[in-house]
Amino acid sequence: MLCLKVRWWQVNTKKLKLKRYLTLCLFLALAGCNRSENLQGPTPIESESNPVNTLDTRDWPESFQIGREAQEDEIARQDIDVRPDGEGLPEGSGTVALGKQIYLAKCATCHGRTGVEGPEAKLVARLSRPDYEGRKKPKAIGNYWPYATTLFDYINRAMPFNAPGSLRPDEVYSLTAYLLYENRIVERDEIVTNRNLAKIKMPAKGLFVNDDRRGGREVK
Amino acid sequence: MGIKSEETKNETNHALAKISRRKLLLGGAATAAVALVKSSFGEIQTAIPESLYIPADPTKVQGPPPFDLGTRSPFERPLKKTSDTSSRTPLQDLYGTITPADLHYERHHGGVPTIDPEKYELLIHGMVEKPMIFTLADLKRFPAFSRICFLECSGNFRTGKEEMMPQEIAGLTSQSEWTGVMLSTLFREVGIKSKASWFLAEGSDAAVMTRSIPLQKGLQDGMIVYAQNGEAIRPQQGYPARLFLPGWEGNTSVKWIRRIEVSDQPYMTREETSKYTEGIKGGKIRQFSFDMDARSIITYPAYPVILQQGWVEIRGIAWTGRGKIVKVEVSTDAGKTWNSAKLQGPVMDKAHTYFRYLWNWRGDETEILSRAIDETGYIQPTMKQLMEARGRDMGGYHLNPITAWRIKRDGTVLFRPEGKA
Ligand code: HEC
Repeated sequence: MLCLKVRWWQVNTKKLKLKRYLTLCLFLALAGCNRSENLQGPTPIESESNPVNTLDTRDWPESFQIGREAQEDEIARQDIDVRPDGEGLPEGSGTVALGKQIYLAKCATCHGRTGVEGPEAKLVARLSRPDYEGRKKPKAIGNYWPYATTLFDYINRAMPFNAPGSLRPDEVYSLTAYLLYENRIVERDEIVTNRNLAKIKMPAKGLFVNDDRRGGREVK
Repeated sequence: MGIKSEETKNETNHALAKISRRKLLLGGAATAAVALVKSSFGEIQTAIPESLYIPADPTKVQGPPPFDLGTRSPFERPLKKTSDTSSRTPLQDLYGTITPADLHYERHHGGVPTIDPEKYELLIHGMVEKPMIFTLADLKRFPAFSRICFLECSGNFRTGKEEMMPQEIAGLTSQSEWTGVMLSTLFREVGIKSKASWFLAEGSDAAVMTRSIPLQKGLQDGMIVYAQNGEAIRPQQGYPARLFLPGWEGNTSVKWIRRIEVSDQPYMTREETSKYTEGIKGGKIRQFSFDMDARSIITYPAYPVILQQGWVEIRGIAWTGRGKIVKVEVSTDAGKTWNSAKLQGPVMDKAHTYFRYLWNWRGDETEILSRAIDETGYIQPTMKQLMEARGRDMGGYHLNPITAWRIKRDGTVLFRPEGKA
């Protein structure tokens, strides 16, 4: 009974329609049982039989031995991300005063002299200011950013827009310090470093909640 | 010699392909010049550059020979609508559910990078047993997987005036057959540590785009895709390889992916805090809103169509990031009554589904609408429902309201704008 070796487990027997079953029987009969040992039987239709769209890995080797091990220096070259707990921050520090100088030289043309004039994204806004009443509240660092580390990470990877990745860590710390100062989050004499950045409390931190939409009847 | 003649042929072909729309509109056959070239078939027609020859009777003259690359009919010119950072699929010009790759929507944060496939590498590290690097050739050697899915930007809603086409309202959704390697296959190779729960995906564009993704999603149906509709993925969609997360907001499917870092927490990148989060009630801000809720839009008849009295097949697409569309309802009386539209099978998971509804328009002024219902029982809401649920500070992301088209007595079809422009 070699036929029993034919593997058609992917076909979900509960959902199996009669027509499909008969076709399968016919195929098995026609295919005969004297084919090679590794006869696969009717090709399992992966996405149809498995709603989650996964591959059947049963005949896979433990490892395909494809690809190579990454070396530490190769990882270090790309691993620029910064986590909210400060992990990933490079050593360095910056001041509000230096940050202002760099900002005026490299950022103000797009973000405005004080971070609100544009033409690109507004960078300065405070959580509660009566003069927003009745107008569209700008969303910026002071009222919408939950983590100070994000500011370092984003400036470091993507700004200035016309020369991304061109700033040294100390410059990024200074720009971060300056923008936090303009948003009334740190004092004018603050020195921002890799050791204290993650500890800076952002005004908008408490506003964020995780998505709780789950489908179903309720509109959220 | 052989090479030489190939080149000559290609030149002719390119000349043929270059047909000016202006010429086409300004007179077509009457002003077009035609050249007859000698070939092994005898004399055949070919258009001289910058013109189009439309024979009076195409059965009386040989047409041009086969090309090495297909072209659209010069009579068809579907185009995306572009801004500095996005381009929108012309939904009103498409049929069925597959988006031609050159009409796929785009949304970039640092332009479209040019990446040499020979130099491309994907690094997977962090909380793994063995950090690894895969070249593009490596990725293609792993068991492949193909799947037809929509991809939609979570900022896919525009409103503001009556003269808006489906493309302008909801053109940031497109559908392709994606082919690549399952993330679970790659994660199996590197060995994910048991405490891991998230991973960071990073692109190699000028934004060095980053998003944090729950590991569970990656293991469930995440893919690294290198092909789209049967060919290498286009640069605008992430060439040579991108992350693809079925049913999730487009930004999470990081294009031009160069690195995955496995972690036990999210990274809180700019794109998951300052952007791609939305204001909800009570001054709160919703984060990690990954799933795309069910939506539909009638793509015919829609602005700028002028409708004729009589039988009309109302057509459109419906989709949900939460599984399959189970029903689309159409109203032809401004929402008073709803009827089931026909769904074009096979209805696929997390895919645009084509719907059709036959209607006899007798020339009365009315409004036509469609609403999608998905397998979770979710019913596509109205703008009013969304505003009530999310409050005054409702952001611009994840807006999927029912789209209404006003039909005027003269057959004009206009968008009924709602919500903040
Ligand atoms: C050439 C114009 C330009 C310059 C110069 C520039 N930026 Fe930007 N900046 C942009 C654009 C455009 C965006 C939005 C990018 C996006 O959304 O993908 C942006 C976004 C930002 C954001 C995020 C805003 C938000 O609310 O999410 C920050 C922070 C920022 N820039 C800081 C800087 C700093 C610091 C500098 C100077 C080192 C700088 N920018 C220089 C154009 C510029």
